[in-house]
Amino acid sequence: MLDAEFFRRWMTTSAASVDREADRLTALDSPIGDADHGTNLHRGFKAVTAALEKETPGTPGAVLTLAGRQLISTVGGASGPLYGTLLRRTGKALGDATEVSPEQLAEALRAGVDAVMTLGGATPGDKTMVDALVPAVDALAESFAAARSAAEEGALATTPLQARKGRASYLGERSIGHQDPGATSSALLIAALAEVADE
Amino acid sequence: MSDAGEQRVGVVLVSHSAAVAAAVAELATGLAGGGPTAPVAPAGGTEDGGLGTSAELISAAAASVDRGAGVAVLTDLGSAVLTVKALLAEGDELPDRTRLVDAPFVEGAVAAVVTASAGADLETVEAAASEAYSYRKV
Repeated sequence: MLDAEFFRRWMTTSAASVDREADRLTALDSPIGDADHGTNLHRGFKAVTAALEKETPGTPGAVLTLAGRQLISTVGGASGPLYGTLLRRTGKALGDATEVSPEQLAEALRAGVDAVMTLGGATPGDKTMVDALVPAVDALAESFAAARSAAEEGALATTPLQARKGRASYLGERSIGHQDPGATSSALLIAALAEVADE
Repeated sequence: MSDAGEQRVGVVLVSHSAAVAAAVAELATGLAGGGPTAPVAPAGGTEDGGLGTSAELISAAAASVDRGAGVAVLTDLGSAVLTVKALLAEGDELPDRTRLVDAPFVEGAVAAVVTASAGADLETVEAAASEAYSYRKV
């Protein structure tokens, strides 16, 4: 079973990963975005870590809703409301349970990803974070490791796609040939989840 | 009613740029005429003055123009739209009867502020702003 401490570590491990990879995320965002994805997410996850240090939410759902609120407030780019919605909706779906099963997490994460698709209007194949998250949630039924692989493969598979959502979509065919920064950061979050599950 | 100033619909203008939000607010208020105008608040850029969107600035702007008659929020694009939608989905981040209005930013802002200043209700303000999409220029 997964408790609040598991989810707190998922968030702090994600923050550490975003910290390590911020420059790469921004570099990916330079040719097809506005070169701020790494900086923005770094600021957001720093606020998540700070909030989780100050408050100690007692349930998995409370950890994720607090983290999501921080991301909506502090990121400053589209990834803020998108990741914020992902975590908050997942957290709300987990309810007040003090411990949840991996199956319950998979189901809740599915609700979170659905909310992201509703908010941003993106579907798989649009070259967005959805391209990493949807396969990850599908594979989570199998294992955390499978979800990590699926997210990484999903992120890599965005390279030949033409962007249909977000700023990159203005570039049309010129968006082809670049890996999507949002799908890449989504893969980092799923990898952090698998890492914590391994411990 | 000329004494309905307390109950005018508020208008919030959300842009990636603080300068754009402030200038459009000034433009819309200026075009609304000489009498008392509806409360208008810009929410532009990030809190540290950069380009982007700030949930905190949006929430503060919405609270500052809320007179109980509703708040119409107009945005430019991308994260401005998504942040307002996410805040509305939260349920308790924005005043009651806050609405994201689907409208072109500059023309919609002028239409919204003019109608709100005339004492129109939220639905009318929203319709006037959205209608700005249909004003062809060529």
